[in-house]
Amino acid sequence: MIHALLGLLGCQLAGEVICRLTGLPVPGPVLGLVLMVIFLLIRRSVPASVETAAQTLLSHLSLLFVPAGVGIVSHLHRVRDEWLPLSVALVLSTAITIAVTALTFHIIQKMLGRRSTSQETPQ
Amino acid sequence: MSPHLPNDQAVTQLWVYLQASSLWWLMATLLAYAIGVALHAAARKNPLVNPVGIAATLIVCLLLLTDTSYERYFSGAQFVHFLLGPATVALAIPLYHNRERVRQALIPMTVALLVGSLTGAVSVVAIAAALGASRETLLSLASKSVTSPIAMAITEQIGGIPSLTAAMVILTGVIGAMIASPLLTALRLKDPLAGGVAVGVAAHGIGTARAFQISPLMGTFAGIAMGLNGLLTAILVPLLFSITQK
Repeated sequence: MIHALLGLLGCQLAGEVICRLTGLPVPGPVLGLVLMVIFLLIRRSVPASVETAAQTLLSHLSLLFVPAGVGIVSHLHRVRDEWLPLSVALVLSTAITIAVTALTFHIIQKMLGRRSTSQETPQ
Repeated sequence: MSPHLPNDQAVTQLWVYLQASSLWWLMATLLAYAIGVALHAAARKNPLVNPVGIAATLIVCLLLLTDTSYERYFSGAQFVHFLLGPATVALAIPLYHNRERVRQALIPMTVALLVGSLTGAVSVVAIAAALGASRETLLSLASKSVTSPIAMAITEQIGGIPSLTAAMVILTGVIGAMIASPLLTALRLKDPLAGGVAVGVAAHGIGTARAFQISPLMGTFAGIAMGLNGLLTAILVPLLFSITQK
């Protein structure tokens, strides 16, 4: 477990340091993700402890968003004043984005599938 | 300890202690989430009964009832919030396991990401503007589909309110997690790759958490889409705003 924590936090820290040194507009953890993938590609396998720690963290991923979500409490007056544009824009825009992105992916994959001989049907 | 029954003053003192205690607010966060998960299970995992939405609503009510500031609450909740960093790094593991599928889907994924990223930012600003939202609100909404640390940085750059963005990001994630399955079913898109990318682009980490519930493959694609959408939006939104200002 200690090794897994060191690995995950180490990648995050390395990501943060690189971001600060280079001024990249990327958050440290995202760069840490990239570093971890590179490490795994070089190692050609996932250490068992890292596998377990990652599964534990990801199985409770949505819990980690609760503290930021509660932050709405500081903006209740704005929510009261602008509830209509806020709610309609968030719901509609999220639905449109999901639909447009999924359809784009589907259409492009179909176009490519017709040209190439290797047809792979996703489940 | 005094052997007497606690009187009003003792209760008040206890509350003063608890309210200032990080441990209590950390517990409250975990407890509220546990209630959310239990309700989600009781509703047969109906995506409309979202654990994050329930947990955040419960805590907001508690803070309002007890007149507690968000800063005080966050002193305890920060320990949960902190884990977002290592959890983001942990997304590397499913990504590594599914690297072949990712390589094969690189072209449709890239195109879908570009289109989805633009759609997410432009549609929310256009709709909110049409309905009369204030300028500050519009600036804070533009990056609503992006994972919160990137979204807050973007908002800061274009002159919105970062903490408002954080709340809007979570709300977007909850909405996305709620509507993704019914919407994709209605569109007859069963491909977990297309669905994963869509949920990751539109609803970042909460959408990704929802996608992992459906299948690890869908979760993986959602995770990649979330990360790349963050980068893309960080470039696109400030660019769009600088163009429309002129």
